[in-house]
Amino acid sequence: MKLKLTVNGKAVESEVDPRLLLVDYIRDKLSLTGTHIGCDTSNCGACTILVKFPWSNKFVSVKSCTMFAVQAEGAEIKTVEGLSDEKLHPIQKAFWENHALQCGYCTPGFIMQAYAFLQENPKPTSEDVRRGISGNLCRCTGYQNIVKAIIQASKEMEAK
Amino acid sequence: MAVTTIFGARVKRKEDPRLITGQGTYVADITPPGTVYISFLRAPYAHALIKSIDTSRAVAHRGVIAVYTGKDFKGKIGPVPTGWPITTEPPIKIPEYYPIPWDKVRYQGEPVAAVVAEDRYIAKDALELIEVDYEPLKAVVNQEEAVKQGAPQLYDTIPNNTSFAWHLQGGDIEKAFEKADRIIKQRLVNHRLQPTPMENRAVLSIYNKGTGDFTIYATCQAPHIHRLLLSSMMQVPENKIRVIAPDVGGGFGSKIPVYGIDAVVGIVSREVGRPVKYVEERSENYLATTHGRDHIQYVELAAKNDGTVIGLKVTSYANLGAYLSTASPGVPTYLFGLMLSGAYRLEAVDCKVYGVLTNTAPVDAYRGAGRPEATYLIERMMDILAMELGKDPAEVRRINFIRKEEFPYTVCVGLQYDSGDYERTLERALELSEYSKWREMQPKLREQGRLVGIGISSYVEMCGLGPSRAVRGTGFALGLYESATVRIHPSGKVSVYTGTSPHGQGEETTFAQIVAEELGVPVEDVEVVHGDTSAIPWGMGTYGSRTTPVGGGAIALASRKVVEKGRKIASSVLEVSETDLFFERGKYYVKGAPSKALTIQEVALLSYQSDKLPEGMEPGLESTTFYDPANFTFPFGTHICIAEVDKETGSVKILRYVAVDDCGRQINPLIVEGQVHGGIAQGIAQALYEYAVYNEEGTLLTSSLTEYAVPTAMEIPEIITDSTVTPSPHNPLGVKGVGETGTIAATPAVVNAVVDALSHLGIKHIDMPLTSEKVWRAIREHSSK
Ligand code: FES
Ligand code: FES
Repeated sequence: MKLKLTVNGKAVESEVDPRLLLVDYIRDKLSLTGTHIGCDTSNCGACTILVKFPWSNKFVSVKSCTMFAVQAEGAEIKTVEGLSDEKLHPIQKAFWENHALQCGYCTPGFIMQAYAFLQENPKPTSEDVRRGISGNLCRCTGYQNIVKAIIQASKEMEAK
Repeated sequence: MAVTTIFGARVKRKEDPRLITGQGTYVADITPPGTVYISFLRAPYAHALIKSIDTSRAVAHRGVIAVYTGKDFKGKIGPVPTGWPITTEPPIKIPEYYPIPWDKVRYQGEPVAAVVAEDRYIAKDALELIEVDYEPLKAVVNQEEAVKQGAPQLYDTIPNNTSFAWHLQGGDIEKAFEKADRIIKQRLVNHRLQPTPMENRAVLSIYNKGTGDFTIYATCQAPHIHRLLLSSMMQVPENKIRVIAPDVGGGFGSKIPVYGIDAVVGIVSREVGRPVKYVEERSENYLATTHGRDHIQYVELAAKNDGTVIGLKVTSYANLGAYLSTASPGVPTYLFGLMLSGAYRLEAVDCKVYGVLTNTAPVDAYRGAGRPEATYLIERMMDILAMELGKDPAEVRRINFIRKEEFPYTVCVGLQYDSGDYERTLERALELSEYSKWREMQPKLREQGRLVGIGISSYVEMCGLGPSRAVRGTGFALGLYESATVRIHPSGKVSVYTGTSPHGQGEETTFAQIVAEELGVPVEDVEVVHGDTSAIPWGMGTYGSRTTPVGGGAIALASRKVVEKGRKIASSVLEVSETDLFFERGKYYVKGAPSKALTIQEVALLSYQSDKLPEGMEPGLESTTFYDPANFTFPFGTHICIAEVDKETGSVKILRYVAVDDCGRQINPLIVEGQVHGGIAQGIAQALYEYAVYNEEGTLLTSSLTEYAVPTAMEIPEIITDSTVTPSPHNPLGVKGVGETGTIAATPAVVNAVVDALSHLGIKHIDMPLTSEKVWRAIREHSSK
């Protein structure tokens, strides 16, 4: 099937199998390997990306293993590779400064989830953050520094 | 050591910029042109004979390149070796462990056939076209059942499914028990866990027909060991295999073992002449990648009525799974039994361990590996003793601690603890947790119907595995030194090559800090290279909290040799004697003429301009060192958990968690804290949530993340950390290692808290995980009495 969408600001056209998962499309066809796969039951959130559907004007976070590529027809998607240009996004910067990652495998998913979360909750408490990221799993950090980083990022983004 | 500020600084990690921008390179991210995919058909039964396999329909499927069964590799791929065949009497029985069996499967998820196809989707389609005729056999999954007369037998050659009986004795156990006022008996189950690194395992093999070389990318914790064992299985010379562990998404022990299918991927890449990639799915990871723990322990503690503990008798049944994985025999024996004294002055320990084979996935190291099981045992027993005596558990620990002035202290099983001040971490943790306040409040809260408990866990662990002399004596196949090369390039930039293979622990940063400190160069000028057998002389890898104490120790020693060689060159160039030079912050100064100086980076350039070298000296400024530690290191600490149990639902909420750890000198406290946080999360997970469950037929009921309860940010509390610093006297850097401490300490702290909350009901112990249901049932049972 033909698929037309926008990925990290660029228009893309591909020929895909209807059964191809969006995450495999992003990783294998577009070679954007920052989006990861950690499970086969949509529990881990390693594959989280942002999608702006044609009927909406804002990005929502999506576990890209739960969508077929063809369902992104006409949509705009953003992956971790498209989050920042020269300068790090405040969320990325906060993850770095707060040691919010160890092996880094879950990190792109958390960063994208944090992006969507902060868009809706610009002034969160730690409790809010914990709830907001509870669809993502991290095995290394015990979450503490992730929560800290997201709070810091929220402050920085608010100040702007 | 020069006094600068880089050692001990909270330096932001060098590895992060690539990882936060999606530029990391994990094995699954690498796809050379022409790559094909391999998928494995896995046995649905835990125990069955393979009568026949029909692959014809799969072979004919469009896009399929090849289909293999175990028979195709007979004679071509050797068995998976055991790296730690422990010394026992009678000798350990090691079953033959082939990557793909052809006659019998022994655990659910064992591979029986493989499909190679143009893409993963096709490979999976074709798997469904393979027909296997099985004759199911009765399975046995529980180790106590497996050793009984009449239990299903996994191997004709291994009676009672018992691979070994291991016995450790220290001190006079009979005398200790005679002296005792009381003997406390308890059965403890340290249940099975699924390690769950967020990245599943993956292997990519590229074969070069022209040279006969294999390049194998693998998610592993020890690339050189991987290469050595792959070479044995693949029957390819070691120097024809290059193993690369690029970014690895966590391991927690499950990526130490070498898996049979890694060799299959290698051999198949030669057969089909194209790069072959295998990426495990989570369900496969749960079915077939190693599990951890799974001991059933019978414990007897001999104590005096004043709270002094004297002796400990343990009989443990360790479930090893269906085969012996790389390190599996050593984990429930040496790494467990040797730590049973904990932080206390026990006079005698007697420990028997039966290594039992069952129809379950192989069990191997999981974060802490043996030491969490030992710590849980002794720390639970200390609390039960305190409860029986009506004493404060903090006091019982205080009475029994090895005292600060007694170090180095040789415990009854023979280990020599290097240094410690156990009481100090206890006192600090009591203070930070406001222990006395909670103790006072506890009865009042109870009156209000609130069940709050306080759990203490004072631990010590053996880290920095380990002195070769000691580990070789246990049957370990190799020594446990570590290598390092420190090289200053002509431009003055530094490359460091380490034989350890960090996969999240941050040593690209901490090792750069060590070198920056030793050589006095900017940390930005130091690049750490790891995980590539072609770049690194030799390496034993990352596990057992050994990377910083042993790998870092090697780097420090190599750096010091570089400084010494530099001194010779500087003295020749500056025309002064070596003794007239002093080295500080990266510069060789002439004593009394401080303006006459050369930086080590300038000396590096001179070292490559060989006309400047002293007579007879070889060019270049680098050193390779193998550091074999004199002893293990023994980090320690105290964790305190305050937990509340909901009477109505049995659910547990952690109200406060305090960790006071002493891992010796800290190179980067930011990273140390991160290790502690993550370790504690895993320890809490074992105490409250995670459990790998097999039913009687040997079907794994927790084969996905939907069933296996890895905690989220909602379950893990905020952790208060603090530390004391007691350097290791024998380590070149005074460091001890911190990778496993959290996991070791947290589990008993949490369980002790929950049991303490329920102690007024007469509850003495509940086996983990303390799920709401279990706690609720215990409350019900005891309330109705
Ligand atoms: S890969 Fe786990 S949720 Fe998508
Ligand atoms: S940093 Fe390793 S899983 Fe989150």
